[in-house]
This record gives sequence, C-alpha cells and structure tokens, in this order.
Amino acid sequence: MKKTMSKTLRSNIITIGLVVAVFVIVQILIGTGNISSLMKGLLVPLCVYAILAVSLNLTVGILGELSLGHAGFMCIGAFSSAFFSKCMKMFLPGMPAGLRFFLAILVGAAFAGLLGILIGIPVLRLKGDYLAIVTLAFGEIIKNIINILYLGVDEAGVHFSLKSSMDLHMEDSDKIIINGAMGITGTPGDSNFTIGIVLLLITLIIVLNLIHSRDGRAIMSIRDNTIAAESVGIPVTRYKLMAFSISAALAGVAGVLYAHNLSTLTATPKNFGYNMSIMILVFVVLGGMGNIRGSMIAAVVLTLLPELLRGVVSDYRMLIYAIILIVMMLFNWAPKCIEWREKTVAMIRGKLSPKSAAKEGE
Amino acid sequence: MSFITYLINGISLGSVYALIALGYTMVYGIAKMLNFAHGDVIMVGGFTCYTVCSTMGMHPVVGVLLSVVVCTLLGIVIERVAYKPLRMASSPLAVLITAIGVSYLLQNLALLIFGANAKSFTSVVNMKSLKLADGQITVSGVTIVTIVTCIVIMAALMFFINKTKLGQAMLAVSEDKGAAQLMGINVNATICLTFAIGSALAAIAGVLLCSAYPSLTPYTGSMPGIKAFVAAVFGGIGSVPGAFIGGILLGVIQIFSQAYISSQMADAIVFAVLIVVLLVKPTGLLGKNIQEKV
Amino acid sequence: MKKFNKIVSVALASAMVLAMAGCGSQKAVESSEAADISEIPGSSVEESSSQTAGNAEGTFKIGGIGPTTGGAAIYGIGVMNGIQLAVDEINAAGGVNGYMLEANFQDDEHDAEKSVNAYNTLKDWGAQMIIGSVTSTPCIAVGEKTHEDNMFQLTPSGSAVKCAQYDNAFQVCFSDPNQGAASAQYIGENALAEKVAVIYDSSDVYSSGIYESFAKGAESQNFEIVAAEAFTADNKTDFSVQLQKAKDAGADLVFLPIYYQESALILTQADSMGYAPKWFSCDGMDGILGVENFDTSLAEGVMLLTPFAADSEEEKSKNFTTAYESKYGETPNQFAADAYDAVYIIKAAIESGNVDPSMSVSEIGDAMKAAMTQISVDGVTGEAMTWAATGEVNKAPKAVVIKDGAYSAM
Repeated sequence: MKKTMSKTLRSNIITIGLVVAVFVIVQILIGTGNISSLMKGLLVPLCVYAILAVSLNLTVGILGELSLGHAGFMCIGAFSSAFFSKCMKMFLPGMPAGLRFFLAILVGAAFAGLLGILIGIPVLRLKGDYLAIVTLAFGEIIKNIINILYLGVDEAGVHFSLKSSMDLHMEDSDKIIINGAMGITGTPGDSNFTIGIVLLLITLIIVLNLIHSRDGRAIMSIRDNTIAAESVGIPVTRYKLMAFSISAALAGVAGVLYAHNLSTLTATPKNFGYNMSIMILVFVVLGGMGNIRGSMIAAVVLTLLPELLRGVVSDYRMLIYAIILIVMMLFNWAPKCIEWREKTVAMIRGKLSPKSAAKEGE
Repeated sequence: MSFITYLINGISLGSVYALIALGYTMVYGIAKMLNFAHGDVIMVGGFTCYTVCSTMGMHPVVGVLLSVVVCTLLGIVIERVAYKPLRMASSPLAVLITAIGVSYLLQNLALLIFGANAKSFTSVVNMKSLKLADGQITVSGVTIVTIVTCIVIMAALMFFINKTKLGQAMLAVSEDKGAAQLMGINVNATICLTFAIGSALAAIAGVLLCSAYPSLTPYTGSMPGIKAFVAAVFGGIGSVPGAFIGGILLGVIQIFSQAYISSQMADAIVFAVLIVVLLVKPTGLLGKNIQEKV
Repeated sequence: MKKFNKIVSVALASAMVLAMAGCGSQKAVESSEAADISEIPGSSVEESSSQTAGNAEGTFKIGGIGPTTGGAAIYGIGVMNGIQLAVDEINAAGGVNGYMLEANFQDDEHDAEKSVNAYNTLKDWGAQMIIGSVTSTPCIAVGEKTHEDNMFQLTPSGSAVKCAQYDNAFQVCFSDPNQGAASAQYIGENALAEKVAVIYDSSDVYSSGIYESFAKGAESQNFEIVAAEAFTADNKTDFSVQLQKAKDAGADLVFLPIYYQESALILTQADSMGYAPKWFSCDGMDGILGVENFDTSLAEGVMLLTPFAADSEEEKSKNFTTAYESKYGETPNQFAADAYDAVYIIKAAIESGNVDPSMSVSEIGDAMKAAMTQISVDGVTGEAMTWAATGEVNKAPKAVVIKDGAYSAM
C-alpha cells in the first residue's frame, strides 16, 4: 500500500465518479424511455449487491478474515427494518414514507451492527477457516430462528412465539407481522434506485474513508501481520471488531434496501442462507480483495449476467453462468493468466517490458 | 429404550456424514483447500451408480466400481482444469471460488442430463437389518455397512499416509510445497493423487448416502456436503480420525436435538454446539494447534 | 498488475453501461422482430403454429414464471411443459377466437427477487398475461408487480392466500388454509383416526401454511393431534426422529402436508422401522408414484386430497396424461396439470370476455378479471371450476387412495 495521497484521492474520485456516472446514464435512459423493464427492475438489486460486496470487502479484503455469514447480517437488517416499517404503517399511518424509510434504514443498520459486535466478540478470536465456519454457523442459526419466529403486535402489546402462530393467542391474525416461514408480507415498497445509489455512495464514502484513515491503516496492518501489529501497540481486538461491525451494519443497510424492494420477505436458503454469503464472497474475490471498485463491478456483472443470459440461452443459462464464473476466476487470478495478460497489454502498448512480468502477484 | 433408538439413528446419520467428511478432510489436509465441489462429486457418484444399476440393470458391485472410476477421473479433471492453475495465486480464496463455480457447473449439468425429478435409489446393500432386544431396536444393514466402510477407509487412509512413501510425500507437500519439491517430490502429481483419492471416497460416500436415504436429485450432495464440512471442522479439519468422530457426533447431536429439544430448531442447535466447541477448542476436537511463529 | 486492473475495471464498467443501453434498445427492436425470440431455445415455445409470431397483433402472449433450476425445479419444469402442451393443442385447433397463443417461460430459481426479474423480462417480451409464479413466495412478490401494471395473473400452484390478494390475480389450485381445513374435516368426518401426528416442513410456506390451518381445523374435530414434528429445507434426509415420535405418541394416522420427494423418504424410513400408520396428505403428495424406481408398494394405502391424479380413468385426465407422456416422456405431476388447466382457463376467459390481443395490458386485465367470475371450466384438476372475485377457485377436492400402485377414488 505505497499509494501516495493524491493517488488514493484520484482512485476514490474515480470510484465515486463511476457510480455517479452510471446513475446519470441510467436516469437519462429512463428519461428517454430507453430502458427495458428488466433493467429497471434490476436497478435496486444491483445497488443491494454492490453494497454487500463493498461491505464484505471490508471484512475479507481489508481486515483479511474470511466470513461466510454475511447474508445473516443482511437478513437481520431486512427483517428488523421490515418489522419496523410494518409496525409504523399499522400504528402511525400518517408518517411520511420518506421519514419511515430513513428510520427503517437506521433500525436495520443498528440491529445488524449490534449483532456484528455480539458475534464478533467471540468469533474474531478464531482464525482462517475456523472463523469462516463459525460465521457460516451464525448465519445459518439466524436463518433458522427467523424461519420459526412468530411475532405479532396488537393493542395488548407484542406477542412472540417460536412454535406456531396459534401460540401467539392473538385475536386478529392480520396483526401477525412475522409469520414463521411465511415471513413478512406487505412491506411498503420504499426502495428506489435513487435511494439505492445514495446508500451505495454513503457506503463507499464510509469504507473508503475508513481504509485511508489511521484506523484503516491499523486494520490493514493486522491483516498483513497480526503479531507485528500487536507488538507495535495496535489494539488488535478493537480494530477487528470495528471493521467487522461496520461491515455488518452496512450489510444490514443492504438488507433494508432488499426488504423494501420486494413486497414479501422470507428467509430461504437462496436469499439469506450460506449460498448468498458465498455469492457475496464470489463478488469480492472476483473483483479483487481489497479492491473496492472491483468488487462493486464484479457484483454488478455477476448479477446482470444470468439475467442477460435469459434472452440468449434460457435452458443453459445457469450452466453457462457457472462456466463463465470459472473462466473469469482463472483469467483474473491464475498467475499464468496474469503473466499472459500483462505481456499482451505491454505488447499492445508497443513496449514489451520484461519488468511487468516480474511484478505479478503483488 | 427410545434413547437407544435415537442414539442408533444418530450414529447411522453420523456415519454418512463421517464418510463424506473423510474425503473433505483428506483434500483439505494435503491441498489446504476447501473443496466446495466435494458434495457434488458425491452426487455424480450417486447418479453413476444409479445409471449403471437401475437403468442398465447391472450388478451393484459393478455400479460401485464404475462410480469410483468416474468420480476419480472427474476429480482429476477438476483439479487439473480448475484448481491447478490457481494453486500459486496470490490468495488461497481464489481456488475456493472456482470450487464454487465447479459446484454450480456439476449441479446444472446433472439437471440437464438427468432432469429435476427425484430418482429413488435402490440400495446397493442387501444386508438384513439387525434386530436387538426383541426387535425393539433395529439397526439397518446400510448403517452397519457404512460404519464398517468408514472404519476400514479411516484405517486404510491412516496407514497410507503414515506408512507408505506416497503418503509421506503427501504429508511433506502439505507441510511445505517448496521444500517437498526440493526433496524430489512431484508436487503436482501428489496433489492430483490426493484429489483422485478424495473423489474416489466421494463416490463411495455417494453410493452409501443414497442407499441410506434413497432420493437422488442434482442437489442431493450439496447439503450433506456442507454438513460434512462442518463435521470435518468439528473434529479438527485435516485430521482423519477427527473427521470420523466429528461426523458421528454431528449426527448424534442433530438427532438428539430433534428428539429432545425441538425439531424446528435442530439446525440452530447443531450449529450452536459447533460454535461452542470451536470457541473452547479453536482447532476442533482433534486438530493440531500450530503456534504461529514470528 | 495495478494498471491492468484499472483497464479491466474500465472495460467491465463500459461493458456494463453498454449492456444497459443494449437492453434499452433491445426493447424497441423486439416488437418488430418478435420472430427472433422463437429461435431462442427454451424461451421459444411457439413453433408448431404457423408463423404468426411475426405479427404481434395477432397473438396472445402468455408469460410463465417458475423455477426450472434449483431445488424446486421439478415444479417449474412441470408447469413449463404443461403450458407448452396446452398452447400447442389450442393452436393446432385453431387458437382462441382465431388468435394464436404464444408462450414464454422464465426461470425464477424459487426466489422472489429472481421472479420479479423474470416478470420484467416477460414484460419486455410483450407478455399480456402471466401464468405464475409456481411457488408461493415468488408469486406474492410478482403479484405486487402485476397489480401495479394491472396485468392478468393466474397462478397454477401458488397456494398461499396472499398469492391472490389483488383483484387481478387468480389461483388454479386450492389455497393452503382451504387444504388444511378440508383435510382436517375429511379425517374427522370419516373417522379415519383418533390420534394424528403431523410431519411438516417448518421452513416452507406451503407446508407450514397447511399445517396451521389443519391444526386450527382439528380443534373442532373428534381427533387429537398428538405430535407435530418439523423438519427444515436443510435437514430433510433423516426423518427417523419425527417418525419415532409419532410412533411413541401412538398416532394411528400421520398427516404429511409436504411434497412427495420427502414423503418418499418418509415412507421408506417408516417401513424400515416397522411403523405402519395410515398416511394422509395433500396435493403435494401427488407424483409419488412417478418417482423413478420408487417401490410403490410402500405407498399402498396412502390417502390424499388432490385435484388431480395422473392415473385417473376420467377421459380428460387420461387424454392429458397420454399427451404429456408422449411429448415429454414422463408422467405429469399435479403442477403440470394445474398449468395445463391454467391455459384452458385463460382461453375460456378470453372467449367469454371477448378479449383481443390488440388491447392494452391493462384493458386485457380488466376484461379478464370480469370474465373470470363468469366462467366455469371443466379441467383435469376439477369439474366446473368457478372463481370468486377474490381470486380463489371453487372446485371439489377429490380424495384418492393409492391402491395396487395406482390412484383410485375413495
């Protein structure tokens, strides 16, 4: 990390400028009616996945710890905020949607962040694959509990059960908000692309600022050499916890955006299980660990890919997706490929320098 | 009496996990990579055996042998094409991600070839179930075969790793690839052999998994794969007896929590126990605790 | 390396923007080149009919949504094939009011978000009505969107009540509460058992929905639920505990509001532990005899409330089953039957409402909504099906029992 200040600034401006440019282009396309319904529908999910990728990059790329439970934090953010929004809608119908959503975002981020701290305290003592499996375990526990959670609110107060909706003993079944496996239905659709982009920008600013701050350098020193960092007096646990909980809170924000984009919210293995956690990890690794812009782009490309393949090869869509994923990984990461790429780039530039090959794998 | 029944159920479930976990731990111990596609190799093993035995009507032994052959070849191909180019990548995570890609690939290939319809697998084990205590307790033939297979494989693996030249070469590679190469060990061939053995074990696990729980779909392998991974970590990943103990314990805990606490919360309880174990003993039950040197 | 990363990221970013722009322009071209769509494998469903596809004015475009990959693929593929079969039949017989039908089926992987993507893809394709989604949660999510567009939506198998919460959405299948209550009533009225155990999937909307209404319905019946044991999507291979508990509680009937893949395992495991209660199930059980290589003697005596049985001797069901088998080489499940009916229901509604394809999506939606409450359809999943304005179907459930490896009416 020998970047000079001006270089980091430039890189940050490019990253943020990229997001703003995409936003402007999309707005123009929408304005001129040149955008398909599919793309329009994908805009919010793209923001969700970009935020998730950036936030996980903080844990995996910057802190250097492998987390396989990121979807769990997203799940908490989604459910807590959807619960909040539905309660507000029920009891304070006069509340403006904007304010309600703003508060919902705070609620989601707070719950996810809090859980991040709670989980982080025991978990961050572990290392490597053991840490990965414990985060995976926490993610699965969260999903399992949410699936059997029954929560309702009526005049008599909050009703709560882990068995079935009958055990809530509520008169009016319409007031059951979280209904076990059926989850939450009828969440107000407050998410939109503009809010998504704003949240993505906020996420980027938080993460980029953190990376280039004193705290960020401390966190990266832990990644590069924990023992050395400890020996120069860096409070390792505190910084680990800080990075982990910020990452969790941001995942919670993504969850809020996700929950308010669809009218129905259930915790299935597909959206909040380890499959999703792994998918987010794929974004991060494919985009380059520690490379915020890269992970964002990887998230967008990998989310768009299967959708765009719909029109081309419906039947073999997921098969081709898998093949492209493998090929992209090889292309991006295999030392031989990197070498070859660099040679090609150098050749294109017309100055075949032998130096670039030696620099591989920095 | 029901306690013993539950215990036996737990052991029979656990023995399947243990068998899968052996393959996992073997690959992890030597190649130091989490092979997320292991569960799907199991599924391929199951389908091969199904095709040979049920569709083509051949003898189960032929089915088992052929699925071992197919999976071994598949393991070698996967290793050569998807993992080897990334062995020297700057992050060990890269190969984890391609493993996930391979897992998607195998699932979707199987979906296209065999369809989504569940197939009912005919057990390759013809043994009668064992009846104890006046028939109040039954131990199914598959369970006995699975446990015996597990123990045989475990013993064979330990013998192979500790007593043969190739096994020693594997250990050397797992300790230090560079030094092993300097000692004249062919690192690539050794790692390839590891995958071949791991995949052959997956084939056997696949056949026995499907014999015990006779429902075969393209997604059959993924959940047991993850469970076995958990079992392997539980027992201390990289440790062969650890995988066995971890698998059995996982099965028993799962059945007991379903039986005595709550069938709805069984998943959560299993994972909670795992977390507690890892917090108390951060490298699993039998894992080696290697102190990091400065 | 760093420089290269920058180049790659710029290239990827520009590719992304191009993709977006490409998608935008694609739409404009699409209506004039709808014929191109039919060349795409899989998404094209319309080949048998004479090439009217080029003329978008003359065809009804029906979009289908359901999982064709992932763990729920079996349901989605059944629906996809069922739609295709019915569309081909109708087109071969001259279409609806002289207009051809054209279908396009999109995969949603049993995920709400993907389902909305699939719906948007279909909208871009020019879909005028939707058959789907196949599974409940995605169906509710899509329902929100079709409601916004006032697009007519008919779900073959989305059984949660909320699937038809808006006035533009209708169901072919029974709703979950309906099935649970009907099962409880049937067991009670026919005095099938005194002690009942339930094994259900607590992570599944369909299964937990039926279980709850069953438990509610059981309160007023003269039997008792002695055990209610759950399993989850992550934990559905070993059912020994659930069965053991049912056995220990002395249940003489086990109610299985689950799908047949798990049921097949449960029956096998119950057999190996020597437990032989009566089995009762809902429409999810249909298909168990079609599990390849399954020992059907294990399912002997299983009772189920289902609108469709593939082995039924009725004329309509028989024709459908034969046609399906000859086309796809497998026995249709209840999802395929629901989807097959869905197309014929749409046909009836089009005819009754005098809908024609040149109307806008919203106009078609209004006309279809009005027509749905008027029509009565004889399909393979029920005689004289009618619909209330709420979207719920009104048909008589059939109780069937598996006898000698075949379904027979009870």
